[in-house]
Amino acid sequence: MSKHGITRRKVLRNGAGVMAATAVGAPMVHAQGTSGSLRFAFWDHWVPGGNDALKELAQRFGEQNRINMTVDFINTTGNQLQLTIAAQAQSRSGHDGISLLPWDPGTYADQLEPCDDVMQRLSAKYGPVNPVAEFLAKRGGHWRGVPATAGTQAKPACVRFDLMKQHAGIDVREMWPAANRAGPGADRWTWDTFLTAAEACHKAGVPFGLPMGQFTDAVDWVGAVFLGYGARVTDERGNPTIRNNAELRQAIDYLVRLSRFLPNDVWAWDDASNNRALISGRSALIFNPPSAWAVAKRDAPQVAENCWTIPMPAGPKGRFLAYLPYVTGIWSFGRNKTAAKAFLEFITQRENAELCVNKSQGYDIPPFLSMSDFKAWETEGPPVGTIFNYPLKAHHQATYSIAFSPAPPELAQQMYLQALNTKVVARIAQGGESVESALGWLEREINNMRRGG
Amino acid sequence: MADGGAATLPRMDAPGGASLKRFARRRSTIAFLMTLPLIAVIGGLVVWPAGYAIHLATLNRRMTSFIGLGNFEILLESETFRMVIFQSVFFAITAVILKAAIGFWLAHMLHHIPANGQRKWRGMLLVPWVIPPALSTLGWWWMFEPTYSSINWILNIFAIPSVPWLGEPWWARISVIIVNVWYGAPFFMIMYLAALKSVPEQLYEAAAIDGATSWQRLRYVTLPMMRNIISITVLFSLIVTFANYDIVRVLTNGGPRDLTHVFASYAFQVGILAGNIPRGAAVSLFMFPILAIIAFFVLRGVNRRNKEEA
Repeated sequence: MSKHGITRRKVLRNGAGVMAATAVGAPMVHAQGTSGSLRFAFWDHWVPGGNDALKELAQRFGEQNRINMTVDFINTTGNQLQLTIAAQAQSRSGHDGISLLPWDPGTYADQLEPCDDVMQRLSAKYGPVNPVAEFLAKRGGHWRGVPATAGTQAKPACVRFDLMKQHAGIDVREMWPAANRAGPGADRWTWDTFLTAAEACHKAGVPFGLPMGQFTDAVDWVGAVFLGYGARVTDERGNPTIRNNAELRQAIDYLVRLSRFLPNDVWAWDDASNNRALISGRSALIFNPPSAWAVAKRDAPQVAENCWTIPMPAGPKGRFLAYLPYVTGIWSFGRNKTAAKAFLEFITQRENAELCVNKSQGYDIPPFLSMSDFKAWETEGPPVGTIFNYPLKAHHQATYSIAFSPAPPELAQQMYLQALNTKVVARIAQGGESVESALGWLEREINNMRRGG
Repeated sequence: MADGGAATLPRMDAPGGASLKRFARRRSTIAFLMTLPLIAVIGGLVVWPAGYAIHLATLNRRMTSFIGLGNFEILLESETFRMVIFQSVFFAITAVILKAAIGFWLAHMLHHIPANGQRKWRGMLLVPWVIPPALSTLGWWWMFEPTYSSINWILNIFAIPSVPWLGEPWWARISVIIVNVWYGAPFFMIMYLAALKSVPEQLYEAAAIDGATSWQRLRYVTLPMMRNIISITVLFSLIVTFANYDIVRVLTNGGPRDLTHVFASYAFQVGILAGNIPRGAAVSLFMFPILAIIAFFVLRGVNRRNKEEA
């Protein structure tokens, strides 16, 4: 062995080096005279450098409170985070706290430590919480986690303003300027206007990149259209409201018409397809958080310079903005629940939430409505002000929403994750079914999901 | 061996101790002790998870009460699940037939290549089977990808219109089968090649003397001699193909409109993503009894033929 310059000692030394390098990825902060340890798993951010804020905050919290902090970042590619959550819940062991996906607080409610005390203090300080976050994070009257800043996103329209002006004659920057006011024509930013613009851009060869498959981006924007038309598939108790539902038919009819002006393969698009369509310069509009723009800034600067984020169009029943929050939960079987709660309270403080927003280039949206005025959204660019209208502002006259609310969360979760709203449209637009037949299928699916309590 | 060794050991005075020693020296005891690690592994990694999955499938969504076969009943009443059954059966049977046919053809081709060249071809043809399927499927996904499909790019060069590989239901089903066949055919090839090499050359010589055509040699010599290996490979592949997950997950995620879901991908969607673990467990267990019956009959046939040949 030594003849080739490889010795057992060298192997051990190099192995130790590799272990040390690996440990850098999962920062651990030791403090003298510790008060225990905390291990958190957070969602691994899409935006380059997006994890830095939580690493920094964990380090600071660990030093201030003499706690050994370990922070792991687990990505959602291949559903790794979902699998980790399910495995920890089944084995009742793992991290002290973990990033939960939007519907998880309900799924794992029985195994999550109530965080009412933390939320009470935070709400007293920062005012009302985003209603969608409350709908998802509260079960049985108790907060099952603390709505997170990191990873929480909205999905407004990211528009190529040059293409939109050239082909559809709409100046989105004038309509939605980087200021706390609506510009001329903002009141005409409706789904009808949107349809006309979609047709024009389709004719020009830069169709809107709107997925119609079974991933969250598709379900979210279609959900916002449904709500804009007042179309609900169930009531608050989960009873289907499909028969003789004029609003539902109107929304479906609209989406079927709109789908004719989308690329013909949108039925198979995933959450990255729309990003690719924008970044490649092939699309004039997508519904997405600023991650697509942030990647374009790096990979296709000429595209990023022509992007402008604006609210979703309004329907007859109002303007809705798709919102997808992360919630950080504390496992009831965790060993240091008091410290875990203190940590979540610490990272949700205004200045710390702002750090998350800054590090994520404006991607993250804090759960408190009072935190929609951070400087990052004004100053990020190019062009400067491009994501000013990313978080919902008062002059947008819009409401944050999630598809299938206000159905009972257990049912809404199944409808959402099985993408019933995009599938019903696809059955008609792609499958050639009649509206009656597709709606009949939808009702039977919902009734089936309600069974087996 | 154990008995022989026992004769040299000193006699024990205490009768209890002697019988214990005798017990420990018995062949069956030693065999049991030596297989204990394997039994523990099978128990921990096969029997217990399978039993737990069966237990889960009998619970309600909240996993708080026993509902017997309720989840299976609900599933069978769901149009989507009935479609998943059709797709899983279509996918598995089509893919296994194609894999077996292509594997058989490749094995024959290789069998007739001289030993030196055969090694190179064998190595190259095994490559798809050696690459982890999640990775190779990702490569296929890039070729089929809706917007930037490289296959479509090539088709367009020859003025052939783009094919919606993953966007149109039947094309998506075909794409999933293509990838599975590409991945699995080398396994059949290598098994059939080994079987072909074990067919005695004298049988072919005798058939040639009798004036048998090449089709008759295949029909009356090769196939009967390979019957056991064909049965076992088809059974093994059928089970593995029915349980396939990664190809559908990476290529289509079950879309469009759930028209490419198979049991495993649908079980994951229902169980893990939609948070209904008991129903997901029921989906994944659905084919278990049917495959167990098929396995029983196939293996019984193999055993019977083995006894006849012995």
